[in-house]
Amino acid sequence: MTGFGRLAFVESKLFLREKAALLGVFGLPVALVIGFGLIPGFGDPQKGLSNQIGTEYIASVSVAIVLATLGLTGVPMVIGQYRERGVLRRLGVTPVRPLTLLAADVTVWAASAIISAALVVAVARVAYHVPAPHATGWFIVSVVLGIASLLAVGLLSAAVSSTARGAAGIGWLLFFPNMFLAGVYLPSEEMSSTMRQIGNFTPLGSALHAVRDSWMGIDPRPEYLGIMAAWALVAGALAARFFRWDKA
Amino acid sequence: MTAVIEVSGLTKRYGGQAAVDGISFHVDQGEIFGILGPNGAGKTTAVECLEGLRRRDGGEVRILGLDPKTDVHRLYQRIGVQLQESQLQDKLKVREALELYASFYPDPADWRELLERWGLAAKAGTRFGKLSGGQKQRLFIALALVGNPEVVFLDELTAGLDPGARRATWDLISKVRAGGVTVVLVSHFMDEVEELCDRVAILERGRIAALDTPAGLVDSAGGEYRMRFRPMAPLDEQSLGVLPGVTTVSRRGEQVTVTGTGDFPAAVTAELARRQVLAADLRIEGRSLDSAYVALTGRSMDT
Repeated sequence: MTGFGRLAFVESKLFLREKAALLGVFGLPVALVIGFGLIPGFGDPQKGLSNQIGTEYIASVSVAIVLATLGLTGVPMVIGQYRERGVLRRLGVTPVRPLTLLAADVTVWAASAIISAALVVAVARVAYHVPAPHATGWFIVSVVLGIASLLAVGLLSAAVSSTARGAAGIGWLLFFPNMFLAGVYLPSEEMSSTMRQIGNFTPLGSALHAVRDSWMGIDPRPEYLGIMAAWALVAGALAARFFRWDKA
Repeated sequence: MTAVIEVSGLTKRYGGQAAVDGISFHVDQGEIFGILGPNGAGKTTAVECLEGLRRRDGGEVRILGLDPKTDVHRLYQRIGVQLQESQLQDKLKVREALELYASFYPDPADWRELLERWGLAAKAGTRFGKLSGGQKQRLFIALALVGNPEVVFLDELTAGLDPGARRATWDLISKVRAGGVTVVLVSHFMDEVEELCDRVAILERGRIAALDTPAGLVDSAGGEYRMRFRPMAPLDEQSLGVLPGVTTVSRRGEQVTVTGTGDFPAAVTAELARRQVLAADLRIEGRSLDSAYVALTGRSMDT
């Protein structure tokens, strides 16, 4: 096995040992789908949600929450700690580069987000007969772009901060406004048009729109996909440019 | 002897201030080479330039013929490094760490054997975060050796170890050297350097203040040392003051203290024998690297 394969294997084991992370990435979204699905009438199209079925809407929101949790809280915290504690530094004096560890971690996080999204689809379907996303291809594209853009923003938060606390702080600072503007707390249908406009330009906002649309069988608007791709590229490039491998 | 490490004029500056100021030395194959000095003397900075963790601003460095500035990837296959203040992932188990790091090298050591040798076998399934300071330290030494390196850099080898574990570590490092591995040891412990090193460079304010074998440093420092004893018969101690090498003689209660240079204790004991005075509680103090260090640098290690 290559260094990357070894590191990805070890990092996935470490991920599975983090109970809080498992709860956030797999437990919470499933609980949300099941919990909201118990509300009478929630399986019907909802007027305030552009006629989307309530459970389908909650399933989409759950996918978005996983993206935000992983990208904005998990990534900066873990990478900030790896840098501060000298994990990256120690790896830097072996034949394997510290960048390989970041690549392995990004792979593990992306894979767990995809598994979590698949789990949400399966649970919604089994528990409440919510049909799987109609535009399956677009759904997958939306989730993948959402992962890419939020992980990139998380990497950028880790890159520009010098301490683990700072990295986690920036992440949390981005987390709540993003969740709000994206329409996680309040459906975008109920926002003022200005707020909805701002929300559309956030990575999480466009991800949630694209996921909801593809679930309903509508092709997601190209601007949503474009905004996510732009965030992924710009934040990813800035993270690569400013990343510090060592604590100050 | 072939030099495996050659350093000439190594310089590293931070904002105009030279942390390492034109140091030169070489390390022969199979040697244990010590870099000694107080905190802030530039020891770690110098070694990190050798390890390729920092880019030098001037001078030349070759390790196993490779320049750490340009050939660091090939270098990392052949050297092992124990860093000061680095950690591993908290939930990584000892066994997993060794197995993982072993997998990075083309010709690794048997990590199970390292586990045994460094007293970690009972902790193989323990997570890094649950290890004691000494266990972590031993794990990092084992990790530095897991790639079967030709040169190993150890920065503050016995930091956090209790006295027994320090002794055991010294024995193991001697065995590592016996296997033909060249060792560079950064330390601020005199006893460690005196016990282990073939040669020592004393670093002070980024420069080499002295470079010799530990015994050579003690000799060249010259300096006075002390002899104390309790005469078992009446003795006019002032008569010892004329002996060659003796500088002062004093008495407190029953105890006589003689200071001097060179081989004065031999002269004193011969004189006592001639007068048929037995000396009880005879002690000779100060012939250590510790006092040589003070003599060579003009200050003690702790300042």
